[in-house]
Amino acid sequence: MEYMAKVLIKLKNGVLDPQGKTICDSINALGFAGVYDVRVGKLIELKLQGKNEKDISKQIERMCNKLLVNPVIENFEYEIVGGYKRKNK
Amino acid sequence: MKFGVVVFPGSNCDHDCYHVAKDIIKQDAELIWHKHTSVDGVDCVILPGGFSYGDYLRAGAIARFSPVMKAVKRFADEGGLVIGICNGFQILLESGLLPGAMIWNRDLKFVCKNVYLRVENNNTVFTNLYKKEEIISIPIAHFQGNYYADGGLLNRMKDNGQIVLKYCSREGSINSESNPNGSVANIAGIVSKRGNVLGMMPHPERCSEAVFGNTDGLRIFQSVTEHFKKNIREAS
Repeated sequence: MEYMAKVLIKLKNGVLDPQGKTICDSINALGFAGVYDVRVGKLIELKLQGKNEKDISKQIERMCNKLLVNPVIENFEYEIVGGYKRKNK
Repeated sequence: MKFGVVVFPGSNCDHDCYHVAKDIIKQDAELIWHKHTSVDGVDCVILPGGFSYGDYLRAGAIARFSPVMKAVKRFADEGGLVIGICNGFQILLESGLLPGAMIWNRDLKFVCKNVYLRVENNNTVFTNLYKKEEIISIPIAHFQGNYYADGGLLNRMKDNGQIVLKYCSREGSINSESNPNGSVANIAGIVSKRGNVLGMMPHPERCSEAVFGNTDGLRIFQSVTEHFKKNIREAS
């Protein structure tokens, strides 16, 4: 079965996010005065094959823990989109 | 003794480190391609600065899986000496050989300049030729050098004497003004709990000969050879 998975990686609370801080300042400067906190994360889209959603979950968690995420500073969550069809080249 | 300098795709301070080991402190040295699966025969491994794998994903995150890193990990676990400079430090953090992590610099700029450092612990393999609390100057050049450790880890590292170098002012004050990148507690360099692995963001290989107008970095390398000589004397 073919799937698409969206992995969302965020800096943990308490870890300084210089990009978020800079964007927040810049948004404020544009007049959006109500914005008081911005955090920037990463979105990774994976297209992959697996037996079922459970198998895909397992694969993704392993990939995240091994490579995609640094657990010292980052958290992750993911969403699996089933029924994805690979486009023919 | 013999230094082994690992070459990753994107390393760019490998030859500088090799040059210091070979020509300045007159030791054996070899370059080790990252595909090698052994560091046999080497007494001290250096992971040099650069941009291994383009810093993709996170600096050091991909180099950590190079075949040579398995050998480096085994070597370190057995007590072998490892120095990670700049990108090398980032790789050591990603591979878990040193605790903590690096994030983007506080001011979102690549910072390339001479900084002052205070030697917090001179009782290590890598700093035994400096005086306690000596203020030295070594250049930095990085984008992801903002060292992060949570409060618990920071306290444990303090208690174990693992914090070796801190950013400071010319007079030695340690505060946010003398902190070039936002690192917690102004940390510039740390050692592993066992003391055999050093990670530092500043580049000692860039200030190890008089022609560069600064030789403050030289004693990092000389401290290692000093330690090595002493060990051999004690063993015999």
